[in-house]
Amino acid sequence: MKRFKYLALIITSLLLVLTLAGCGTQPLSSQNVLENDKKSNTITWGVKADQKLIGLIDVKDGKEKGFEIDLAKAITKKVLGKNGNAKFVTVTSQSRIPLLKNGNIDAIIATMSILPDRKKVIDFSDSYFDAGQSILVKKNSSIKSVKDLNGKTVTSAVGSNSVNNIQKIAPKARVLQLPDFAQALTALKSGQGEAMTTDNVILAGLAVENPDYKLVGGTFTTEPYGIGINKGQDDFRKAINKGLKEVIKDGTYNKLIMKWFGNVPGFDYKEVLRK
Amino acid sequence: MIKLLVDNWSAFISGFGWTVLSSLLALFFSLIIGSLFAILEVMPSKVARVIGNVYVEVFRNIPLLVITMFFYLVIPLYVVKINGFTAGTIGLTIYTSAFIAETVRSGINSVDDGQMEAARAQGMTFWQAMKNVVLPQAFKLVIPPLGNQFINLVKNSSVLAFVAGFDLMYQGNAIASTTFETVNTYVVVGLFYLVITLPISYYMQHLERKLA
Repeated sequence: MKRFKYLALIITSLLLVLTLAGCGTQPLSSQNVLENDKKSNTITWGVKADQKLIGLIDVKDGKEKGFEIDLAKAITKKVLGKNGNAKFVTVTSQSRIPLLKNGNIDAIIATMSILPDRKKVIDFSDSYFDAGQSILVKKNSSIKSVKDLNGKTVTSAVGSNSVNNIQKIAPKARVLQLPDFAQALTALKSGQGEAMTTDNVILAGLAVENPDYKLVGGTFTTEPYGIGINKGQDDFRKAINKGLKEVIKDGTYNKLIMKWFGNVPGFDYKEVLRK
Repeated sequence: MIKLLVDNWSAFISGFGWTVLSSLLALFFSLIIGSLFAILEVMPSKVARVIGNVYVEVFRNIPLLVITMFFYLVIPLYVVKINGFTAGTIGLTIYTSAFIAETVRSGINSVDDGQMEAARAQGMTFWQAMKNVVLPQAFKLVIPPLGNQFINLVKNSSVLAFVAGFDLMYQGNAIASTTFETVNTYVVVGLFYLVITLPISYYMQHLERKLA
């Protein structure tokens, strides 16, 4: 008898878990984000904190710095006016969409490519940057292009599109998915893999900090980055798109590109300038 | 959720397999290593006691993730190349063995001193007395806390996900971030862990009843 009681208890609790999981609660994300942000005069952006040139928390003053950070600030000023505040929340490739969906952040500007699979879950702004996937290897490596990766071990970050791409282009490559790009690089450095793959801008930032490593083979995909916004937030999305257009039109955008990517070896900033 | 499970069945099962394998290996080795250090801690020799104590205190008080990262990132640089699965399993073994050592030592300590003295008086050596008289009684006493350690071990094996060890948690992260069905994925992952831990739980209870 006692056993049955235990079993019943377990089954009941499992059912409870499943019911809880099933009932889609209405989180903050279903409210009108644009109205809320105008009231608080703040847009909360999900940004990367570990990518030099793009989004990096400077350990000296604890502030976020990078191209995406500056762009987010510029767009915020266009959307909310001169005194608008941009608040930054650190996200990873893995946590960014869940954090957006549960309302912790209003928008994602974190090296996220516009992909059909992602479009099913969230909406995107117009593309604000054209990146492409590339490979980072040690300076003396025999790997020259993506085709050389077959039979090799490649590191990348979990939740990034790079993993799917590499599995299509070099099906025999073994992919190790580490929690973030910094750890993917550390794993590469300690010999857990022969190459690291992800978008060229991210790798460029890593190559600047680690002169023993270089980008090879150019890009083999096109990854248009978009700002991620919750579904049903059309007002907010339109406002962001308008802000982005203005930032490009008044020349701020190109200034930011020059500021962050003007001096990166192996990266042609002229290709990504916008008119 | 059923669809998620069916679509990603092979990934879940392979993750499940690596988790079970890692847990079994870590369980086996940590039990042996843990028991050895427990005996060291109660040996008459002071040197042995110090060695045992240092091992237990060091590895019991460092986070599992730190030990694992050390084997994944540092050892390959200077000593020998080890992959994520091995590094995770070694970390798990060392970490758990420190807790098992403490558990078994408390068991040995709660066996009456007279047992050891009587065994020695019969002419047994320290090791003979330990093996034939003290340890059998000690293990019987520590079955419930040992069961806790085993269950913790299985759950802690999720550390493999951080070093690309292809375990259940690793596959869960990968699936959650490609399907975006975060909640469902982790519920399924949780259920898979229950499939491993509940039988351990029941078996330890059964063992406790049988031996008590």
